[in-house]
Amino acid sequence: MELAKKVNIAGRLSKKKRAVQGKNEQLQTILIIFVILSFMVSLILPLSALFGQALYDREGNFAGLNNFVKYFSTPTLVTSLQHTAYISVMTMFISVGLAFMYAYSLTRTRMIGKSIFRYAALLPLFAPTMMHGIGLMYLFGNQGLITSGFFGFSPGWEIKLYGPIGIIIAETVYTFPQAFLIIYIALQHTDYRLYEAANTLGSGRLKQFLNITLPSAKYGIITSMFVVFTLSFTDYGAPKIVGGQYNVLATDIYKQVVGQQNLSMGATVGVLLMLPALVAFFVDHVSQKKQSMYITSKAMGYKIPGNKGRDLLAFLYCLLITCFIMLLFVAVGVAASVKIWPYNLGFTLDHFKFSSFSGDGLTAYKNSLIAAGITAFVGTIFTFIFAYSIEKIRKKRFLRKLGYLLSIIPLSVPGLVIGISYVFFFSKSELEILGLSVSNPFHFLYGTIAIIVIANILHFYSVAFVTATTALRKLDKEFELASESMGVPFYKTMFTVTIPMCLPAILEIAMFYFVNSMVTISAVVFLYSADFKLAAISIVNMDDAGNISSAAAMSVLIVLTNIVVRLLYEWAVLGLRKRNAEWQK
Amino acid sequence: MKHYISKLLILGIIICLLAACGKESSLEGASGRNDDLSGELTVYTAIEEELIPEYTKSFEELYPNIKLNMVRDSTGIITAKLLSEGKNTKADVVWGLAASSLLALDQKDMLAGYTPKGSEKILTPYKDSEEPAKWVGNTAFMTGVVVNTVELEKMGLEVPKSYEDLLKPEYKDLIVMPHPASSGTGFLTVSAWLQMMEEDKGWKYMEDLHKNVASYTHSGSKPAKLAASGEFPIGISLVYSGVTQKQQGAPVEVILPEEGLGWEVEANALIKKDKDNQQLAKAFLDWAISDEVMKAYYNANGFSTMKNDFSKPDGFPSRVDEKMYKENSLDWAAKHRDAILEKWDSSFGKKAEPKE
Repeated sequence: MELAKKVNIAGRLSKKKRAVQGKNEQLQTILIIFVILSFMVSLILPLSALFGQALYDREGNFAGLNNFVKYFSTPTLVTSLQHTAYISVMTMFISVGLAFMYAYSLTRTRMIGKSIFRYAALLPLFAPTMMHGIGLMYLFGNQGLITSGFFGFSPGWEIKLYGPIGIIIAETVYTFPQAFLIIYIALQHTDYRLYEAANTLGSGRLKQFLNITLPSAKYGIITSMFVVFTLSFTDYGAPKIVGGQYNVLATDIYKQVVGQQNLSMGATVGVLLMLPALVAFFVDHVSQKKQSMYITSKAMGYKIPGNKGRDLLAFLYCLLITCFIMLLFVAVGVAASVKIWPYNLGFTLDHFKFSSFSGDGLTAYKNSLIAAGITAFVGTIFTFIFAYSIEKIRKKRFLRKLGYLLSIIPLSVPGLVIGISYVFFFSKSELEILGLSVSNPFHFLYGTIAIIVIANILHFYSVAFVTATTALRKLDKEFELASESMGVPFYKTMFTVTIPMCLPAILEIAMFYFVNSMVTISAVVFLYSADFKLAAISIVNMDDAGNISSAAAMSVLIVLTNIVVRLLYEWAVLGLRKRNAEWQK
Repeated sequence: MKHYISKLLILGIIICLLAACGKESSLEGASGRNDDLSGELTVYTAIEEELIPEYTKSFEELYPNIKLNMVRDSTGIITAKLLSEGKNTKADVVWGLAASSLLALDQKDMLAGYTPKGSEKILTPYKDSEEPAKWVGNTAFMTGVVVNTVELEKMGLEVPKSYEDLLKPEYKDLIVMPHPASSGTGFLTVSAWLQMMEEDKGWKYMEDLHKNVASYTHSGSKPAKLAASGEFPIGISLVYSGVTQKQQGAPVEVILPEEGLGWEVEANALIKKDKDNQQLAKAFLDWAISDEVMKAYYNANGFSTMKNDFSKPDGFPSRVDEKMYKENSLDWAAKHRDAILEKWDSSFGKKAEPKE
């Protein structure tokens, strides 16, 4: 009798548990499907629209590969492909070379001022690429500070800024932090036991460098090379400012689409823009798989041997790079606050008033804050939920794999391509599916802030996703298992356990979205509407109109905003760490 | 209960997103009260950005309840934008756009005829010959050569007097001019050269000039500003922009080339629409050629499309009207626009290879 009662109670309990589990599963399935559907709308459909458009001619007739044939038989366009390739290859070698030495100095020497140098290297991330161009103009332009030898105080130094040289320098500044970050991490992860063994065997420094250091950082270097290549291959801002007559693909696509309304050729260029990124994607995938085999759990951290000469050399090198970056920023600051360069060097804040119309300064700045804020807020929520569904849900394995793949793909889609494919997809009020035309349910988004926010989120999604996934992987799966066995719904676990523990990563994602949304131009240059201009775009407009000092002033505003946001983030994380430390006592 | 909450959660997230999307600005709102016009009006314009607030001052006084949504870009971009948006354009009126661009819009049947009040005072070459008029001109803009005298002196070079002078080899890489595909100023300059010099010679001239040109800019005013900062001491640019730079204290002179000035009418037009926002639009068009704003156009451009006795604004070169190229045909320019741009692009894009 007793036993029967107990069995009965247990049965009832497990029934309740099963009910919760059933609901759980249902909800999780919905979540996963929602993830996949989001990618359908924000990634797959627009990209198919782009590829589709590339197959049709201007009048809308099917043209097959004719657009590509036409592209490669138009000398102007082929020239810009060559230009772009030249720029990207040069930038790749210079930027990765400089970044490697910089990262090496920071990880493998005992020089002083390491943390300052690390922040200085990241500084260019806070600025739109146009700003590097503007800074270079004021340093190396025909009336530049360095060109004129500081107004004749010293012999001038003239480089032919407008054209490939200027673009390469600007792209190098732009890509340096990214290359540095990747190599820095790669150099940190090494196994000191290899060096110990080498020392015991009596092999020299150079041999150690060539046989241990380089191979262990090999994949980092390869990845950074591809990243740099892709970034400079698709950058729009720098060539716009210092390109002179030197055409590149990114400026071409803009001219084709916005200037001449030749959407088919725009799409064709868009497809070409994606090629290096696609190659990079697969190489990266392969190299990452191999990299994981290099480090085992028994690996020891690198111990830096003492060497004064080396430290001094490294210090001087890092100082030189830091000074150059600083000089660039200072030049822009000066440009923004001088009356008439170079004839009247009096101080003024007039350029910050943005009294002119087309740039629409302060409104554009406010709009950018709004857009970046929404992107950071919505983007973080989505990224975290997506990463959570893909990482922590244990059912629907196929869909999750698909979700993971879709989450990584945006990394290889350049901003310009996102922008232009969104134009193709969202601007159409009717969609053709298998010859049937259906009204486009997403058309209403076109020309709103929403489309800017979505484009931004997708553009920066992959990196944020990886950050979230890494944070989630650090948490023990036991949390989910335990709560499931106790019949606690997964979202409750998520809110009470997972999110609080991932808070630093979540803040990092939010900051990442915000900073990038403030500086990006490539994705949104096709999407902004006339009544919602963005600050980064107004820099281009102001420069177009010749108001370079206002453009400089706007760059300064953006950089300052981003630095403030970064500081807020650092401060918040510091607070969280303290709290966690107390909690773990 | 629990699953109810969770569904709410998901719904909440979706609403969050949608709410973020929903902040679209509304364009409707013309309530149509005749005695007191109010609402919003979307105006596409290519008028120089710093002039817009100066001009619209009198409109705001006249119609305090009409909110103007100004969409400004360079002539080429605004034209392309209008052409691509077609019937779905948000624009209600076009204000101060090159007449040749308006002619192109008219070919696409995008303009509605409307003869604004007071248009009889506008001289014949500067308005549509048909009734009701598809376009009416405010002013004309012309290109001159803006030179930085300080920089030229430093280099020991003479100030160029004519277009022919610009071909001298010593000016190599010192000249900037606007790109004709994106800039109205650039296009009118090219079109004037082709008409003044006759086509073959015109193309030959541009080929020679190309050797001296350091950069083709996006807008027509940028060369003047680059000349003012000494970055590139010679800019083929709007006379207006050169004058403003001079007024602000930059060491520049505006040269009116001996051969004559290319020019283009800056005109207004009504966009053909099913939706009824026309009353505001018509009020705007009437205002756009009212005496007060006509005076403001004159002060900025030193030229008016109506007979006038306004006094020349400061720093403006005299005899601009006489120097304007008389046989300039806007129709010819509009008709040949595509062909000219295509040829231009293929001849000068190709040569933009790196000079090693």
